[in-house]
Amino acid sequence: MQPLTNRAKKLEKKPMTLAERAYLPAIFQGLSITMRHFFMKKATVRYPEEVRPFSPIFRGLHVLKRDEQGRERCTACGLCAVACPAEAITMVAGERKKGEEGLYREEKYAISYEVNMLRCIFCGLCEEACPKAAVYLQADKMAPPRFERDEFIYGKDRLVEPVDPAKRSERGIQLTPEQAEALRNKMAQQPA
Amino acid sequence: MIELPTLGWQSIVIFVVFAVSLLIATYCTYAERVIAAFLQDRVGPDRAGPYGLAQPLADAVKMFTKEEFFPGGANKALFVFGPCLAMITALMSSAVIPFGNNISFGNNAFFLQGIEVNIGMLWVFGVVSLGVYGVMIGGWASNNKFSLLGAIRAASQNISYELAMGLSLIAVLMISGTLSLREITLQQSAPGEWAMWNIVRQPLGFIIFLVCAFAETNRTPFDLPECETELVGGYHTEYSSMKLGLYLFSEYVNIFVVSAVMSVLYFGGFNFPFQYELRDWLASSQGWELASAQNLITALGTLGLFAKIFAFIFFFMWIRWTLPRFRYDQLMRLGWTILIPLAVINILITGGLITFGVIK
Repeated sequence: MQPLTNRAKKLEKKPMTLAERAYLPAIFQGLSITMRHFFMKKATVRYPEEVRPFSPIFRGLHVLKRDEQGRERCTACGLCAVACPAEAITMVAGERKKGEEGLYREEKYAISYEVNMLRCIFCGLCEEACPKAAVYLQADKMAPPRFERDEFIYGKDRLVEPVDPAKRSERGIQLTPEQAEALRNKMAQQPA
Repeated sequence: MIELPTLGWQSIVIFVVFAVSLLIATYCTYAERVIAAFLQDRVGPDRAGPYGLAQPLADAVKMFTKEEFFPGGANKALFVFGPCLAMITALMSSAVIPFGNNISFGNNAFFLQGIEVNIGMLWVFGVVSLGVYGVMIGGWASNNKFSLLGAIRAASQNISYELAMGLSLIAVLMISGTLSLREITLQQSAPGEWAMWNIVRQPLGFIIFLVCAFAETNRTPFDLPECETELVGGYHTEYSSMKLGLYLFSEYVNIFVVSAVMSVLYFGGFNFPFQYELRDWLASSQGWELASAQNLITALGTLGLFAKIFAFIFFFMWIRWTLPRFRYDQLMRLGWTILIPLAVINILITGGLITFGVIK
């Protein structure tokens, strides 16, 4: 049969040499290999103190975006919940009352919006499904480890981004072209 | 200055030796994990205390607070007695090891050694061969197939390798002419002639002794009594809580003792190069008293002995994370058909060299 590559090594079965039978040279060879590893750079990342650099397209913790005037974008249409393969998203829709126009962009809004981070598989399908560009997965934040299960159910208190534009997440469509360019440059500068 | 009878000083020394061997065994567990990690490009335990130095304490607390479990049908008395015996024999064998030369202040003078007896080496061998009873009793009393298999393996392995170990030791004793470990140590030093360590005169014997030491302490590549891939946990399958802790602990105490024995027998014990020159220089040109100069030499020698012991302990761990385990028939073949004949040949060579006056 024609070999696919030339890398195949022909093995010959011949009696072992004295050095091979004595076994000690092989032991010293092995010892030198492990000793070399003793002084090598360690692969460990001491997690809470050290964090690995994220990829610019990393899909981390969800954020509920606000628009340019600080109003919540989400209209509680439920498309993200339908799209979610892990059924991690639940929400309760409500009607905007008079005087709340500065809080919610449209007449319908989410009274409660919960993501169960233990169910979530961080696939980003909610992000793709959202017609209002309201939900995004942040590239620089993860759901941190916790001791209790119910602490992993993130409500609006932890999902909605702050009103102050300076403190908002850098992901999302409210960016001007200049801001987007700046973000892209910043991401590119991070070590891979 | 308090004056204690020699027995008083010796009991203090015995207590210190006991505490030191326990402390070293404790930190062996930490060292094992860190060295294993470093050899595998990891960093090891580093959460408990600075550099994870409190890890042995955390392990001890865990061991003490775990559930005490007795398997059904186990012989309870023997089940408890097994780990106790393993631990007792491991700790007893360090009694005759000379950790240092003599120390004197005022009218007090004593050796840094538990008991100075002229059958030191015989004592170590007798106690170490008792150690297999701890494993055997524990494995049998567990009423478990895997435990019994592990115990039988331990027994046959220890008996096989004790033969080669004893034979390699005989060559050393032919040179030294004494069984006292202190005498053997002192013979390895002579003023102006520091390359007198037995490793120079007994290189083959040392290698045989080293291999047998690995087998005697049930360390990789000879850890068949507790090989987890075949026997779950071997003789300590059914053990939990501090009884398991005692078994694991006695293994480390054994490593410490066997490292000390190897340092004493082959690497000059508490001797270090140019010790007499240093003492005489201090006494003659620095104006030290001869006794205090000797005390300093003794302290340095003790440090040197511990450096040798730690080097051996490191070597034990280094080997553990390098070599895979032998198959059982390979283990037996190595012991009976290679090491024992080699040890006999070594005796013959040594005898010939002594007869023709090459070594003395």
